[in-house]
Amino acid sequence: MVAVQETVERVKRIDVDQYRYGFETLIETDKAPKGLSEETVKFISEKKNEPAWMLQWRLEAYRRWLTMTEPTWARVDYPKIDFQDLYYYAAPKPKKTVTSLDEIDPEILKTYEKLGIPLREVAMLEGVEPKPGEEDPNRRKIAVDAVFDSVSVATTFKAELKKAGVIFMPISEAIREHPELVQKYLGSVVPTSDNFYATLNSAVFSDGSFVYVPPGVRCPMELSTYFRINERNTGQFERTLIIADKGSYVSYLEGCTAPQRDENQLHAAVVELVAHDDAEIKYSTVQNWYPGNSEGKGGIYNFVTKRGDCRGDRSKISWTQVETGSAITWKYPSCILRGDNSSGEFYSIAISNGFQQVDSGTKMIHLGKNTSSRIISKGIAAGKSQNTYRGLVTAHRKATGARNFTACDSLLIGDKCGAHTVPYIEAKNSSATFEHEATTSKISEDVLFYCIQRGLSQEEAVGLVVNGFVKDVLQQLPMEFAVEAQKLISISLDGSVG
Amino acid sequence: MKQVLPKADTERAIDSVFAAARGRMPGAGLVPQIRARAFEVYERTGLPHRGMEDWKYTDLRALIGEVLPLAPRPNAEALVRAKVSAEQVSADQAVKLVLVDGVFAPELSDLGRLENEVVVRSLREVLENSATEAIAGLVLSTTNDSAISLNAAMATDGLVITVADGNAVKRPIQIVHVATGLSVSTFTRSYLQLGKGAHAAIVESFVPAEGASGYQANDAIIALVGDEASLSHIRVAADASDAVNISSAIIAVGARAKLDLFSMTCSGSISRYQGFITLAGEGTKLSANGVNLIRDKLRADTTIVVDHAGPHCTSREKFRAVVDDCGRSVFQGRIVVRPAARKTDATLTTRALLLSDQAEADNKPELKILADDVTCGHGATSGALDDTLVFYLRARGLSEKDAQMLLIKAFFGESIEEITSEKLRDFVTAQAEHWLQAGR
Amino acid sequence: MALLEIRDLRVGVEDREVIRGLDLNVNAGEVHAIMGPNGSGKSTLSHVIAGKPGYEITGGQILFRGENLLRMEPNERAAKGVFLAFQYPIEIPGVTTMNFLRAALNAQRKARDQQEFSTPEFLKRVRDVADSLNIPQDMLKRGVNVGFSGGEKKRNEILQMALFEPSLCILDEIDSGLDIDALRIVASGINALRSPKRAMIVITHYRRLLDHIEPEIVHVMSKGRVMKSGGKELALELEACGYAQFEDAA
Repeated sequence: MVAVQETVERVKRIDVDQYRYGFETLIETDKAPKGLSEETVKFISEKKNEPAWMLQWRLEAYRRWLTMTEPTWARVDYPKIDFQDLYYYAAPKPKKTVTSLDEIDPEILKTYEKLGIPLREVAMLEGVEPKPGEEDPNRRKIAVDAVFDSVSVATTFKAELKKAGVIFMPISEAIREHPELVQKYLGSVVPTSDNFYATLNSAVFSDGSFVYVPPGVRCPMELSTYFRINERNTGQFERTLIIADKGSYVSYLEGCTAPQRDENQLHAAVVELVAHDDAEIKYSTVQNWYPGNSEGKGGIYNFVTKRGDCRGDRSKISWTQVETGSAITWKYPSCILRGDNSSGEFYSIAISNGFQQVDSGTKMIHLGKNTSSRIISKGIAAGKSQNTYRGLVTAHRKATGARNFTACDSLLIGDKCGAHTVPYIEAKNSSATFEHEATTSKISEDVLFYCIQRGLSQEEAVGLVVNGFVKDVLQQLPMEFAVEAQKLISISLDGSVG
Repeated sequence: MKQVLPKADTERAIDSVFAAARGRMPGAGLVPQIRARAFEVYERTGLPHRGMEDWKYTDLRALIGEVLPLAPRPNAEALVRAKVSAEQVSADQAVKLVLVDGVFAPELSDLGRLENEVVVRSLREVLENSATEAIAGLVLSTTNDSAISLNAAMATDGLVITVADGNAVKRPIQIVHVATGLSVSTFTRSYLQLGKGAHAAIVESFVPAEGASGYQANDAIIALVGDEASLSHIRVAADASDAVNISSAIIAVGARAKLDLFSMTCSGSISRYQGFITLAGEGTKLSANGVNLIRDKLRADTTIVVDHAGPHCTSREKFRAVVDDCGRSVFQGRIVVRPAARKTDATLTTRALLLSDQAEADNKPELKILADDVTCGHGATSGALDDTLVFYLRARGLSEKDAQMLLIKAFFGESIEEITSEKLRDFVTAQAEHWLQAGR
Repeated sequence: MALLEIRDLRVGVEDREVIRGLDLNVNAGEVHAIMGPNGSGKSTLSHVIAGKPGYEITGGQILFRGENLLRMEPNERAAKGVFLAFQYPIEIPGVTTMNFLRAALNAQRKARDQQEFSTPEFLKRVRDVADSLNIPQDMLKRGVNVGFSGGEKKRNEILQMALFEPSLCILDEIDSGLDIDALRIVASGINALRSPKRAMIVITHYRRLLDHIEPEIVHVMSKGRVMKSGGKELALELEACGYAQFEDAA
C-alpha cells in the first residue's frame, strides 16, 4: 500500500543523523591513563580521595573481573570491546570543589542549557504545558545532580533537602561524608561479583548519585541526575545508590544524553535501590544516548545493571524507562521482592531505529509472601533495528500469594526490523498467580486512513497512534518528564512522527 | 548461546555404547557415514544441558547423566508381554504398527489391515535395501539439537510411511512403542511423507510392558507434508514412572496444507517432547496443542518451535499443564516469523494449573518477529484452582474432590477439544481421565 | 459550478472493475441518497471520493469545486471539506477522543492557513456539539471508539462532522447497526447540520433511513453505475419493487 510504503520510507530516512544532542563541549579534561590495571583503579581512588576500605573494595572487584567473561546470551551483536583501549576516568578541568553554580565552567552550563536541563534552581523544564489543576509549585521543583562525564558537577537544592534530612550528593562525597551508610549498602543489592559489567563498574566507577531518605520523610521534590558522556573514548561508569528508610518516599529521575561520535562509547552503570518497610522508590529514566549514524557507525554501548531491593515489608519499587538511544542497550531494571506484601513495577518504552539493538526487560523475583509485580512493556522497532523484551518472573517456594501481571506489546514500523519477546515465567508454588500477555502488530492501514480522512498527515497519524500505543507507560512518568519523553519519541521516529 | 561445560565422566561411556551398537545399526552404502557424522555432532556437545538456551529447564546432563546400553532385540517372552500392553492402548479402528524395544514387530502389527493408499516399510528395510543417498539423508535428518543427532546415529528401527499424491488414508495409523527392558535405551525414528493433497492421521503411543523399568526412549519423527495435504499427529506418552522419554518431531509443511498436532505426557520420570515445525508454503493452517499431566516427581517438558517462513499462514497453539505433587512442567513455545512471512497470524496460549505447593511450572513463550505485516501474540498464566469456582460447584451439591476433578477436566479439555477427529479426541480424553481417576 | 462533479468514473479493485462509468453532480445545499444492493459499488464510491488507498482509478474524474480531487492526498481532501462518516468507525486504543479531535481539527485549520483554536475555545466547541448529540463527557476521555457501542460510534462520527464543518458529508451506511432510538438521535444530528452551504451524500441499503433524513434526490446504483435518479418517491418505488428491475437493466 502506497501510504504505508511512504511511512516506511520516511522512517528509513530518519533519525539517527538528526541526533539533536550531538554537540561536543570543548573543555579541558583530566583523564586517567588509557587502559585498565590495578594502577588505573588506584588512580581513580586516589583522585577521589577515597578511604582505604573503598580502594580495597574496588581492587577486589577488579581481581574478580579479571576472571570473568563477557555475557553472550543477549540478542545483541557488536565487535569485541578492547577494554585496554578506553579511558576509565575523565573529569572536567580545572577541578575544584564546586559550591555554587556560578563556579561551574560556563561551557558546561551551556551544554546543559542545550540539553534543556534545569541547573538553575528556579529553572523549570521548558515546553511543559501543565494540565489544569496540576500547577502545584512543589511538584515542579527538581533537584539536579548533574554528572559530566564521570564527575558530579553540581547538586542543586542542597539546602532545602538538608532541612528535610534528605542526603542527596555525589557518591564520591558520600563515601567521605557518610562512610557508614555507603559501607552498609554499597554492593548489597548488586554484589561486586554480580556480572561482568557490574563487576567492572565496581572496580572503576567514577561517580554517581547518592540518596538517603530518613524514616518517615517524604522527599519534598523530585531528585534528578543528568548523565552526559562528553569525552572521547571514555567509558562511563556511574554508580547510584538510593536508600529509602522506613516509611519514606522518593522519586528519582535520570536522564542521559551523549554527543555524536564515531567510536562506540561504553557505558556500564550500576544502580542500587533499597526500600525498607513501607518505603517507596520511584525511579524514572529517559535515555537518549547517541544511537550511531545511519550506517550503524558509532553510538553508545549501554550495559547497565539496575536492581531494586524491596527489603522491607510493604515496600514498593517502581521503574519507569523511556529508552530511545544507544547503539546497544542491555538493561534489565529488576526488583527483588523480599519483604512480605512488597511490590515491584516496571514500565518501559523502548524505541529502536536505524541499526540500534535493544535487549531490555526486567526481573521480578518474588521471595516474600503476598508480593505483587506488574510489567508493562512497549517496544517499537523501526529501520533496521532489533528490539527484544527479555523478562523473568519467578516466585520461590515460600513466596505464597505472589501475583504478577505482564503485558508486552510490540509495534513494527517497516519490514527490515525485528521485535522479539522472551519471557521466562517460573512458578514454584501453587498459590502464585501469574498472567502474561504479549502481542506484536503493525499500525493498521485502516487506523491510518481513518486519521488521515479526518485531516491528519501521514506523519501526524503515525505519531498519534504511537503515542496512544505507549500511553500506559508515559502516564507513569512525572509530568515534566512525560512531556520530554513524548518529544523524544517524536525525535527517535522523526520523519514519520509529528 | 552455547556455554561450554565439562562433560560428565559417565557420558564418555556413550562412545563405547555407540561402538558396541554399531553392528546392530541397519544401513548400507552411505548410511554408516551419515550416522558417524551425526554422532560426531552429538559428541561435540554431549547430552543437552542447561547451558543450551533451549534446554535451560531440562538439563539432561544433570538429570540422566549417561546414556544406557542399547536394548537387546526382544525375545519371544518380551514380545508376549509387549503384545498385552500394545493391545491395551489400541485406538479405535486404528491400524497398529508395533515397535518393541526399538525393533519393528510385524507379528504384533496389523499389516493386513493397511489400506492400499499407504505404503509402510520398516526403517531397517529402507536403510539396508532401498535407500538412495537422498532418502537416507532425509530419513536421518538432524538439526543442531544434540538429542536428535544422537537419535540419527543410533536409531535401530522405525517406520517409513508414504502416502502418494491425492491419496486419503481413512483409518488412523497407530505406532505403538513398547519398552520391555530394564535400564536400557532405545532409539527409534520414523519418517512420514504425505504427497500433494494427501490425508492421513498418525497416532503414536509410548507404553511400558509389565516389568519394564528405568529405560530411556529416544524417538524422532521426520514428516514432510505436501501442498494441500492434511496431517493429524497425536502423541500420547504413558511411560513407566522411572523412565525417560525424549521425543522429537521435525515437520516441514507445504502450501495450503493443514497440520493438527497434539501431544500428551501423563507419566514417566523425565519427558521432553520437542517439535520443530516449518510452515514453508503460503496459506497453511497449523493447530498445535498439548497437555502435560504431571504427578509424583515427573518432569515434563514440551518445547515447540513454529517457524513461519511462508506468507498468509495461521498457527494456533494451546497448551495446558496440570501439576501435582513434586512435579514440574516446562513449556517453551517459540514463534518465529521470517521476513517473507507476510500476513502471518500466530497465537499461543499456555496455562499451568498447580495443585500442590511443591509443584512447579516454568513457561517460556517466545516471539521472534522479523516481518511487519503480522498479527502475533501469546498469553501465559499459572495458578491454583479457583476457590470461588470450587465453592460454586460445592454449593450446587458436588463434593470438594468431584468439584476439583470437574474443573481439572475442563482445564485440560480446553486443549484436547482442539483435536478434530472425534474418535481420536475420545481416545485422548479417555487416557487423560484415566490419569485423573488414578490420582483420587 | 457543482460542488462535486463526477464524470465517467471507473474504478478497479484487484483487476476487477467495480465502478463502471459513473456520473454524479451534487450542488451545495442538496442531500442526495444513493441506494443499491450489496456489491453495487456504493461504499467503493465513498472510499474513492475520500481517497482510501487500494483502489485503482482507471478512468474519469472527480472535481470538487472545480479542483481535481483525485490528485489530492486524503488529508488534503479532508482540509478542503470532504468528510466521510465510516460504516465501521475505527478504534484507536490509547488516543483519547478529545486528543484526536483537537489534533485533527488543528491539522485541518493549519492546512487552510487558519489559526488553531485556543484550548478553552476548542473545549467549548466540543462540549456544545457533544451536548447536542447526547454524548457524555466521559466518552470523550476514552480512546477513540474503543469500547463504544454501535450507536456511540456513529454519534462520534456525527460529532466530528459537526465540529469540522465540512462542505461535503458522505454518510456510508450510517444506519447500519443502529436500533430505532439510536437512529433517531443520529438522524436529528445530521438534519441539524443541513445547510445551504453544505451537501450530503447518504449511502444506504434501506429506505428506513430516508424517513429520517429526507433527500432531495435519490440515485439507484447497480453494478457500478447510477441506473436511475429521481425524487424521493424513487425510494418508495424501490421498496415496492426491489432492486431487481434495475439489475436487469444493467
